[in-house]
Amino acid sequence: MRAVDVAGTAFRNAFRSRLRTTLTVVAIFIGAFTLSLTNGLGTGINRYIDDTVASVGVDDVLTVTKTDDSVPTEGPAEYDPDQIAADGPPGTTTTALTEDDLETVADVSGVLSVEPVKEVVTDYVRYDGGDRYQLGVAQFLPGMRTELAAGRQIDLDAPEPELVLPEGHVEPLGLGTPADAVGKTVELAVTDGTGEQVTTEATVVGVAEPGVLAMAGAIPNDVLTQTLYDLQSEGAPESRTSRYASASVTFDAAAGAEAQQALVDRLVDAGYTASTLEDQLGTITSVIDGIVLVLNGFAVIALVAAGIGIVNTLFMAVQERTREVGLMKAMGLSSARVFSLFSVEAVVIGLVGSAFGVVAAIGVGRLVGGVSANLLPDLPGLTLVAFDPVSVAVVVLGVMVIAFLAGTLPALRAARQDPISSLRYE
Amino acid sequence: MPSPLLSASTLHKTYGSGASAFEALRGLDLDIAAGESVAITGKSGSGKSTLMHLLALLDRPTSGTITLDGTDTSRMSARHLNRTRNTTFGFVFQQFFLNAQASVLDNVTLPLRIAGVPRRERTARGLAALAQLELDDKADNRANDLSGGQKQRVVIARALINRPRVIFADEPTGNLDSATGGVVEDILFGLNRSHGISLVVVTHDDDLAARCDRSVHMRDGVIAVHEGVAA
Repeated sequence: MRAVDVAGTAFRNAFRSRLRTTLTVVAIFIGAFTLSLTNGLGTGINRYIDDTVASVGVDDVLTVTKTDDSVPTEGPAEYDPDQIAADGPPGTTTTALTEDDLETVADVSGVLSVEPVKEVVTDYVRYDGGDRYQLGVAQFLPGMRTELAAGRQIDLDAPEPELVLPEGHVEPLGLGTPADAVGKTVELAVTDGTGEQVTTEATVVGVAEPGVLAMAGAIPNDVLTQTLYDLQSEGAPESRTSRYASASVTFDAAAGAEAQQALVDRLVDAGYTASTLEDQLGTITSVIDGIVLVLNGFAVIALVAAGIGIVNTLFMAVQERTREVGLMKAMGLSSARVFSLFSVEAVVIGLVGSAFGVVAAIGVGRLVGGVSANLLPDLPGLTLVAFDPVSVAVVVLGVMVIAFLAGTLPALRAARQDPISSLRYE
Repeated sequence: MPSPLLSASTLHKTYGSGASAFEALRGLDLDIAAGESVAITGKSGSGKSTLMHLLALLDRPTSGTITLDGTDTSRMSARHLNRTRNTTFGFVFQQFFLNAQASVLDNVTLPLRIAGVPRRERTARGLAALAQLELDDKADNRANDLSGGQKQRVVIARALINRPRVIFADEPTGNLDSATGGVVEDILFGLNRSHGISLVVVTHDDDLAARCDRSVHMRDGVIAVHEGVAA
């Protein structure tokens, strides 16, 4: 019997007992559906995190802060005059880096350059004498990229002050569409050390789509950052202007993970804490992976139960078709072909169930995606359930393998059938 | 007399072992010539079905040899045996063993499907075989929708489609009334005469046995009475 005839016969046989096969397919469907959905959830969330990585950091930069030894494990912390507010929940503080610290860090071997992260706080942004709006300023490093709605990426080394505006600001400022905004000049105001409000101007070169982790504000180039920083430092005491919450250290990423770890160790020895973006995101990703793994485990249990359903279905089919199998063997069908007839039938059941399951999961994923945009408006761009072709294919193939394994037992029984005793009718 | 198509010598077949062992055949000899029709008769348990199964190469004897065209079949591999049954033999059973849901054409072409014949050729040969039995207008019907006589004609078409040299018929008219049974008999003997296909018929029916060239009557695993022209 030709392979194509084996497949065709197995396919027809699978649906000879429609109700029974349908019920088994439903069991497989439920398992495959659940597995696809949990997988899609993991893919969606992890992809979202990955996508935002590029806009938050780059792989050859370490964020260095001074290690805070003052926090005791118990009891209240002693006051430290060097503490300043840091990123994080309100009340989070960090020990500031001074110019001395920067020099120390720069001397650590493996450090290519140190750039203090200059905190710039603008009062407002305004276009053409219109309404004034608050605007945060984000930190941007060479190699970072943002998702752009219009214009181009920021050129950090450009000689003229320029910035990338967040999309949400474009219309209120009266700039029109994102495309219109590119090339316009906006006015930025900061308060200097003496409490006086001063302004400067910058050209809009791009409009950023809403991102996730940090890119909520405008992205200035180095000239603009320096200008703003100088303006707000004007008249401020030295102790405030030369202290930074953190610094960005560039290193040679090509040297490999070991060299990177050695550098981190040397920085720790020197009294600093260094972390890459991967370190910061790795925890989140592994927690999500863990949850998805547990959910997948449940889905696989459902699939195993469905596999036992296949065993049951096929045993009944073998029983029903005893005579037919005997006849075909009498007519010269080899045992190997009988085996493949029944195992392909099992695989067909698995294929149909998993195909429907995956399609339904993708449908539900779309539905949930539409709802999640409303439920989670703070995470723009999040596709809660995403499907990549590889994991979809893995689910379908995996189910087919389970089905094949489930089919081997009944198929073996059919293959071993003796044509004579199958054809006896007395 | 030309060398026989099928030849059995000192066939023994024992089922089970030890105290429960049952000797179904006890040293049986039988030759079947090409184009000959042979009836095997006898009571239940006389060993006639066992003999047919051995001759049809569905089972192997405990001892003794069966030669087909001068070849000792005990030396054939399982694959060779499968191919031989597929291409040389046709089977007609009392119970039709048709796939009730499949079409008549699909039922008839089953041996060709097993042999790996391409679909186009299967269809052409299947329709030709059905035409031979005046069933070509039923090709697309489901096998279940046919009458008993029609079903048995489908079974004969199926047995015929590989252009076999021997047709083994086990009580071919056992499930049919005498009129349709007679028609089926006429078809089988017509094929025997016009195509030179050997017939091996296992039957209780003395009239059917009498129409064969010769008939062997079995008792307790051996041939008790040999009747007929070629004996």
